[in-house]
Amino acid sequence: MLKVRVIPCLDVKDGRVVKGVQFVDLRDAGDPVEAARAYDAAGADELTFLDITASHENRGTILDVVQRTAEQCFMPLTVGGGVRTVDDVRTLLHAGADKVAINTAAVARRAFVGEAAEKFGEQCIVVAIDAKQVSGPGEAPRWEIFTHGGRKPTGIDVVQYAREVVDLGAGELLLTSMDRDGTGRGFDTVLTRAVSDAVHVPVIASGGVGTLDHMVEGIREGGASAVLAASIFHFGTFTVRQAKERLAEAGLPVRLET
Amino acid sequence: MTVAIVDYGSGNLHSAAKALERAALDTGAERVVVTSDPDVVRGADRVVLPGVGAFADCRRGLDAVPGMVEALEDTVHGKGRPFLGICVGLQLLAERGLEHGTTQGLGWIKGEVDRITPADPALKIPHMGWNTLVPARPHPLLDAIPVGEGGLHAYFVHSYAFQLADPADLVATTDYGGTITAVVARDNVAGTQFHPEKSQRLGLALLANFLKWRP
Repeated sequence: MLKVRVIPCLDVKDGRVVKGVQFVDLRDAGDPVEAARAYDAAGADELTFLDITASHENRGTILDVVQRTAEQCFMPLTVGGGVRTVDDVRTLLHAGADKVAINTAAVARRAFVGEAAEKFGEQCIVVAIDAKQVSGPGEAPRWEIFTHGGRKPTGIDVVQYAREVVDLGAGELLLTSMDRDGTGRGFDTVLTRAVSDAVHVPVIASGGVGTLDHMVEGIREGGASAVLAASIFHFGTFTVRQAKERLAEAGLPVRLET
Repeated sequence: MTVAIVDYGSGNLHSAAKALERAALDTGAERVVVTSDPDVVRGADRVVLPGVGAFADCRRGLDAVPGMVEALEDTVHGKGRPFLGICVGLQLLAERGLEHGTTQGLGWIKGEVDRITPADPALKIPHMGWNTLVPARPHPLLDAIPVGEGGLHAYFVHSYAFQLADPADLVATTDYGGTITAVVARDNVAGTQFHPEKSQRLGLALLANFLKWRP
């Protein structure tokens, strides 16, 4: 039986982890490769690196991180952040990424998703969607794509966009609720369900995990195939194992081997 | 001993090479080379054909390396060297692939590669993530690997799967709204639909078994 996935996400800037992993004794908590190894050993089902390097000169730092991680961790690795061209996708895949997440560049030009999927296969193209609710109280729920860390509205309807990028060849969606991100109040399960029901590809729920029950809700109520979390794992609030045990208690299939 | 990983422009060979090197720590002094040189393939003791992406694309890529298909035939069928296909590298062994039109495969294993159609339409495609193996028959590739629902997991990511014409070629399946071909073997030719290089314990154990395999 296919298991639901638990995916830690590491923000990487200039080749360093922004929020260092603090749940184990690492020689260097800011080294993404060491953090990746710790999550590999902890039984994470996949790992996601989000490169938030701002300056163009340092964009190459993520490649070294990906390459060193792929040499040591025999688990699936997704890399996103600043992916704008087919060449960017190729370079990351060749460095050792299994999947590449495209965000802003797909919003700006949808055809990019199709070009990347045609070149490298749908299975390695993830489209990352940052969604914010724009409907008022009492209205039917509606979400819009926001870019620039949730500051810039685009007027694009999330569910419609999700269908479009999947038709173009996205093999998976990484759906982040910008309303919930960083709040610890739980996933926006209504949003997650709306997108998950609209597409045939797996949806990763992201943004808002504060408790283990939130993960259960993301899968059960949101219909997600996977849950992504950052802080609760990095700070050692919960372990990956605890997350999976709670999912198992709730009757959801998980992989408990490490 | 030399293990050749065939490089025909299909994605991430780095991980496959590193995982084989790690698996080789248990089995002895194999040399793992990533190569697009047919002569290196001919000289290899074992051959691995990886593959990610679409069937037709991979077939085109393989054909675009001059002499590679012939080198594979010579090495695997002529000399009987152990061969492992991974994901689309396995699918390419079929007679036909039906992804984006019909494409001829290598025809080493009878059958065709068609889209997965789970009995439950709510199941997502691609079949993406960790799943267990259901053994169809014993095989050295699965030696000492715990299989079944309580066993170890393999990492799958695919929308198409091998429909074998001869059930004797089947070694293991996985369940995803129906039975999906997971491990195939016929004589010295074997393949996995999942990615052993991404499957942690199960993957490294299977690769070590491949390195020890004496078909």
